Amino acid sequence: MTKILPKSHKNRWFGVLAIALCLVIWEIVAVAIVKYSFILPSPTDVFTAFVELVKNGTLILDFEESMVHFAVGMGAALLVGIPIGIFMGWSRKCDAFLNPIVELLRPIPPLAWIPFAIIWFGLTLWSAGFVIFIGSVFPIIINTYSGFRSVPRIYVEAGKMLGCTKSRDLIRHIAFPAALPSVASGIRIATGVAWMCLVAAELFGVSNYGLGKNLWQYYNLHRMDCVVVYMLILGLIGLLVDMLLRYYIDHHFLKWQTKEVA
Amino acid sequence: MGNLTINGLYQSFDRDDGTHLDVLNNLHLEVHDKEFVCILGASGCGKTTLLRLIAGLDQAKSGSIVLDGEEIGGPNPKVGFVFQEYSLFPWRNVIDNVAFGLEMRGVPKEERYATAKKYLDLVSLVQFSTSFPAELSGGMRQRVAVARALALDPVLLLMDEPFGALDAQTRNMLQKELLGIWEKTQKTIIFITHSVDEAVYLADRAIVLSPHAGRICREIPITLPRPRDRTSVEFAELRRDILDLISRT
Repeated sequence: MTKILPKSHKNRWFGVLAIALCLVIWEIVAVAIVKYSFILPSPTDVFTAFVELVKNGTLILDFEESMVHFAVGMGAALLVGIPIGIFMGWSRKCDAFLNPIVELLRPIPPLAWIPFAIIWFGLTLWSAGFVIFIGSVFPIIINTYSGFRSVPRIYVEAGKMLGCTKSRDLIRHIAFPAALPSVASGIRIATGVAWMCLVAAELFGVSNYGLGKNLWQYYNLHRMDCVVVYMLILGLIGLLVDMLLRYYIDHHFLKWQTKEVA
Repeated sequence: MGNLTINGLYQSFDRDDGTHLDVLNNLHLEVHDKEFVCILGASGCGKTTLLRLIAGLDQAKSGSIVLDGEEIGGPNPKVGFVFQEYSLFPWRNVIDNVAFGLEMRGVPKEERYATAKKYLDLVSLVQFSTSFPAELSGGMRQRVAVARALALDPVLLLMDEPFGALDAQTRNMLQKELLGIWEKTQKTIIFITHSVDEAVYLADRAIVLSPHAGRICREIPITLPRPRDRTSVEFAELRRDILDLISRT
């Protein structure tokens, strides 16, 4: 570890360099070759637009609105997906019963649900939440399910020998903690999908604010510099959420997983 | 108490083609309170099957297993089990592993930690209370597993080749430690092993299972005084006799 760390720190500068290089090339192409901000706004245009958007205060309202959609969708996906995954992973009967339903619904692209989302929930935050829910619930179900399926039998038997014999207790004290790394990585995959669905769901005008909503709004206004600002912010928030989850998963499970994997 | 009586035990596994594979056939065994019994036999002779039945983890096709007058019908807190593979819960630290059984029983935190500490002390691992199993060596993990099984104060301790995966030196050390624990806690112990040396060192009685008949082929009382000297003539003779017996069956 000690040998590898300084090297990777040194290598990190390559990453910074690459981003800086991209910005410079982008600026040159935009200013000297394309020369038309509508087709390709330059980094300086984008930065000016960003300052403008921060000053008039919409950006923060968009962020808040999007986070509400995200929370509604992800929250519902967790509340529904984890129990379904547990039932399917623990009981063969539940698996046989629910598996065909899950497998039939899963391949339907989440965005194909948008018409029904609007019919059922109207142009409200609930319909955006519903589309996000559809996108994120399946990775959670599948990972919870496979986590439960791969709980080593010896842990269950050790639990039984120590007086943990009821299904409910075995799930709570043995199977769930054993499956948690898999559940957590399912949640991580789900947040990525949820974030993609969020933009699409907001395009249909379910609210007055929202990162996806205003990205589309500024396209209609031909403010492509603002569109790029929204694109970058969406990307950065997605990255940040993923990094936080990955950090949490690594640190939480590392202490009991390292040697199991190696 | 810890008197175990096994009568007419029969267990078979169903093959895919519809035939049965008899693993145990009309097996009788009597184990007395505070006795240390080792069960020996070639691989596949049904040692582990027998132990799992006594534990209540599997159900026999017929026959009875009675512990202190009570028929074993499922996992029972009076029976402790130490598994062959590493069975500690990797998401719990050492003390929470040892206290697990007490937690399931609803013992308050302070009380169960005190009990767990007592048993960790017995295997000299108190200073590792807050370590996670992944941070321990193989020998230490099995010592924690012994402490975890003992924490519920069972009358009968079942051990399925618990030291099989360890190196010879650690193994000898743990055998010595186990004898100390046995003397202190006065448990009845049924210990499965491949190693004749281990059986002669540990047991009051070695039981050799015959590989195909699925019953006991021979019981050999071992009366050598403890601590036993592996290099003594008597030890070597006993070991040779048992080895002969196993290779002949």
